[in-house]
Amino acid sequence: MATDLSGGVDAPGRAQIPERTLRVDRWWIQPLVTFICFTAWLLYGLIRASMQKDYFVADYGYLTPFASPCLSTSCEPGSTHFGTPFGQWPPLIPFAVLTLPFLLLFRLTCYYYRKAYYRSFWLSPPACAVAEPHKKYTGETRFPLVMQNLHRYFFYAAVIVSLINTYDVFHAFKGKDGGFGIGLGSLILLANVVLLWCYTLGCHSCRNLIGGRLNHFSRHPLRYKAWGWVSKLNAKHMLFAWVTLGSLVVTDAYIALVASGTISDLRIIN
Amino acid sequence: MSYQGSFRVWRGDDQSGGLVDYRVEVNEGEVVLDIIHRLQATQAPDLAVRWNCKAGKCGSCSAEINGKPRLLCMTRMSTFTEDETITVTPLRTFPVEKDLVTDVSFNYEKSREIPAFAPPEGVAPGDYRMSQWDVERSQEFRKCIECFLCQDVCHVVRDHEDNKQHFAGPRFLMRITELDMHPLDAADRREAARTEHGIGWCNITKCCTEVCPEHIKITDNALIPLKERVADRYYDPIVWLGNKIRRRST
Amino acid sequence: MTESTEPTELETHDFDVLVIGAGGAGLRAAIEAREQGLKTGVICKSLFGKAHTVMAEGGIAASMGNANPKDNWEVHFRDTMRGGKFLNNPRMAELHAKEAPQRVWELETYGALFDRTDEGKISQRNFGGHEYPRLAHVGDRTGLELIRTLQQKVVSLQQEDKRETGDYFTKLEVFAETTVTDLLKDDAGRIAGALAYDREYGKFRVYRAPAVVLATGGIGKAFKVTSNSWEYTGDGAALALRSGAALINMEFIQFHPTGMVWPPSVKGILVTESVRGDGGVLRNSEGKRFMFDYVPDVFRSQYADTEEEADRWYKDPENNKRPPELLPRDEVARAINNEVKEGRGSPHGGVFLDVSSRLPADEIIRRLPSMHHQFKELADVDITAEPMEVGPTCHYVMGGIEVDPDTAATSVPGLFAAGEVAGGMHGSNRLGGNSLSDLLVFGRRAGTGAVEYVAGLGNSRPAVNDGDVQRAVEWSLGLFEEREHPENPYDLHHALQDQMNDLVGIIRREAEVREALTVLDELDERAKRVVVQGNRHFNPGWHLAMDLRNMLLVCRCVALAALERTESRGGHTREDHPAMDPQWRKVNLVETLDGDGRVELKRQPVPEIRQDLLDLFERSELAKYLTEEELQRRAGDES
Repeated sequence: MATDLSGGVDAPGRAQIPERTLRVDRWWIQPLVTFICFTAWLLYGLIRASMQKDYFVADYGYLTPFASPCLSTSCEPGSTHFGTPFGQWPPLIPFAVLTLPFLLLFRLTCYYYRKAYYRSFWLSPPACAVAEPHKKYTGETRFPLVMQNLHRYFFYAAVIVSLINTYDVFHAFKGKDGGFGIGLGSLILLANVVLLWCYTLGCHSCRNLIGGRLNHFSRHPLRYKAWGWVSKLNAKHMLFAWVTLGSLVVTDAYIALVASGTISDLRIIN
Repeated sequence: MSYQGSFRVWRGDDQSGGLVDYRVEVNEGEVVLDIIHRLQATQAPDLAVRWNCKAGKCGSCSAEINGKPRLLCMTRMSTFTEDETITVTPLRTFPVEKDLVTDVSFNYEKSREIPAFAPPEGVAPGDYRMSQWDVERSQEFRKCIECFLCQDVCHVVRDHEDNKQHFAGPRFLMRITELDMHPLDAADRREAARTEHGIGWCNITKCCTEVCPEHIKITDNALIPLKERVADRYYDPIVWLGNKIRRRST
Repeated sequence: MTESTEPTELETHDFDVLVIGAGGAGLRAAIEAREQGLKTGVICKSLFGKAHTVMAEGGIAASMGNANPKDNWEVHFRDTMRGGKFLNNPRMAELHAKEAPQRVWELETYGALFDRTDEGKISQRNFGGHEYPRLAHVGDRTGLELIRTLQQKVVSLQQEDKRETGDYFTKLEVFAETTVTDLLKDDAGRIAGALAYDREYGKFRVYRAPAVVLATGGIGKAFKVTSNSWEYTGDGAALALRSGAALINMEFIQFHPTGMVWPPSVKGILVTESVRGDGGVLRNSEGKRFMFDYVPDVFRSQYADTEEEADRWYKDPENNKRPPELLPRDEVARAINNEVKEGRGSPHGGVFLDVSSRLPADEIIRRLPSMHHQFKELADVDITAEPMEVGPTCHYVMGGIEVDPDTAATSVPGLFAAGEVAGGMHGSNRLGGNSLSDLLVFGRRAGTGAVEYVAGLGNSRPAVNDGDVQRAVEWSLGLFEEREHPENPYDLHHALQDQMNDLVGIIRREAEVREALTVLDELDERAKRVVVQGNRHFNPGWHLAMDLRNMLLVCRCVALAALERTESRGGHTREDHPAMDPQWRKVNLVETLDGDGRVELKRQPVPEIRQDLLDLFERSELAKYLTEEELQRRAGDES
């Protein structure tokens, strides 16, 4: 890639080295893999959310997070855990249009995802000590990127959505007769929601709000404790960011397969 | 066990320079700095390199090894294969003085611009009381040995010379966080962090953390918390409202 | 004419006080001088903030009594005198013990963050030779905290000046990567400034200042196995000698018992004493805790006889005696040396220091983070799982420039010295933790001493003699000239290090020290033929060639004093005179240069210990150190 480095590593006075980087390892693999995975995930999510199909397994109460909450009369009976304040739903518009944008924005402004896509989509920088191709850089000081500071609002929203998802999981523990039951789907939904909580509560904004903003932990022992837990989750934020992408797809795909009758749910109890 | 290793070392000054090939003896248990010293003693007596403690504590021997910012004294030769050619260059973000030595005065200038610790009024020396819980976060940042590898790798200044004027760099933004979290510091540092020192320029791509030889979690523990503290002050009406109400009720 | 021999445009700087050295002592002196209103310059051999002080690990000894309220300055004074085998300058030891707590507390007002006790006070840890837990610390990186704190205090003073005058450097300026080659005096023999070169471009600068504080640290780079960095080339001691000041007790060199022994490239790098303070034990190849066999009689009553008692001490120091691993450094170093010599050493020629079987892994990482890091990264050893291999390493010189205890003034008007470069404070052996407190206490005193001296001068400022400057510059540039049988400075340095290590190292014998003196004669001759390649632009070969002159001079002082003192005491062990002799306790060895630049050595009485200070000790203890006559005189005083 021909890059003009004159304002950067080739600036006057710096050691004259024509190469953009002297790294000999395959530094480009990581941004490439990230780029492919994110793109694939977005495509999958977009298609599935707008399909308005195979999102609910009525027999066992499995509702995919991609369609939750389902709030219109177009939703399958039983999937509307929060009633139907809306009437007929237009095609292609995701049922969860009230929540999905917030979740997307929560992840879009997440400190980990920012790192990942700044590197893999913007190449700013593509990898450490590899010159970026841009001539100008203003970081997150101007519109639109200054909006990244709104992350905490999307965190508040994500907490509400996670509560909704948790409520959905309670509905997923039912048998064909309407009584209590457990199937593989229930467990997948449960695992997914646990992971979502790990991701959501490990958020850097949450870490600040719960206690990080204090200068005297010793005067707030409970918040210090909470901060300690959140910090533990936060240290694995990247891991949960990726794992939840996977778990969302697994959950949705499993429900789609069962709902479409391609496979049948593996029942454990009732 | 020793072998002849292949090295490419950048030789030159601020006018010109390039990579020079050397063959030099490498012994078991050595680090890259040992090899540079052997080059000095045997083949290139005027090869310029900065170093002091040779134990990873002073942060003097910063350079780039195979393109990665590293301390010469903490890079063991055993991490390379015997037939590998090892490239050693000066830091590429700062003006070069000679060979592996760069002019790091940028960092000292930035360091002077960060307002110093503001002691609490009316607390006499000897009367400072701080709990271990409260000092631990800032203590992590005070592990910094000022090797300036984070300043070197940060693309904000590495790739954009013109950003040097309004961006303090990870090391000194971390210093602001350290002081802001200090349980007895009397100053509010958020305004200056946002305006003069440019926390907004950081796009948290974490290279500073990757290269830190002290394994300080610069991004997660210092820069992001600083961004959040700035957001508390400038971008969060809920916190603002909460403060308002609490102030009224007390 | 080549670039290297071009006549130089001399840059000139004027200061009231010039501090040479930017470690703990130098910075503390500079802060003091600036706070008292004088225009102060600091010369720093490497970058600002890289001084060897960063290597100090364990802590700062100060009897604040936070961990044990029984601690006070008297106890600290006693420990210091014991550690130094009563050869300490008693006034220095007294001032040090009294003022150390204030100096530590002051650091907190500069922004230092020490580890805390449960009450929120500064936590204090155990260390060799200290009766109570006394070392203020930050994990095992206390030196870094100290240097950074002082560095940031300097910056904060510069910020004050900026607010007032618009310029950071009106009253306090640091010159990084600058080396002093000569002190300058006026015709009356008073200090007038210093000549230095900047390492980057090799340009010479004249600093004019009526008061100069030397705070250049030690001489460790003259030894092969050393924990010291390259800067430690004895510059201050040599500068002082050449300007007419005296060195005392240069034979006393502390070999820290625990340096890394493997891999070869890091041989000598320090393993902090905190490892032992926190529970680490020393074992030989037979797995035996050998230190129990090496408790000397003078310490018998304070150290445990059995492993059980020693182990109980960590939990209950009130009712048990200390483990012998915590004997003063000289004792432990000699013991390790002996174990290795008698064939019970570890594979790489040290002994085992084990903390892995004594503390849980996470506790080790919390208490000794930089040791864990250092062994992991440099030796590929996980100290939470396996023992370290350690052996003695040259660490500190107790000897140094003779100074007045209260003002840190040397015998040359206007010249002051503080920190490792000054002598007397630690006697024949320094206790761990007493170095950082020494830097602060006497750094500040040197600053005050310099301020008072300058105030006393009035308007009669000494003038630099241009001829001296010219001669000094010529000598430095002469190193580039072609010579017959040219010598490479790196070869000479390696030869010096090898010889000093072997011949004037931890154990000394008359014949070997005499041989060392012959070797030094030869090296002096070879040094005259040193030829430097390249030009003045950041040329390490040239820098080393200039440092060599200082190292050779200081090594000669060490060897001469080591030959003269026919006893073993603290950091000076003579195999042919293994006992400590009370007669020698009364003697300081003082070295100066004569008119031809040759080292002259004479004996001088150690300052008397004041009666009230002597009364702090039991008679039975004094009997181990003082002569019968001294004891009787004391008894006579009492009656």
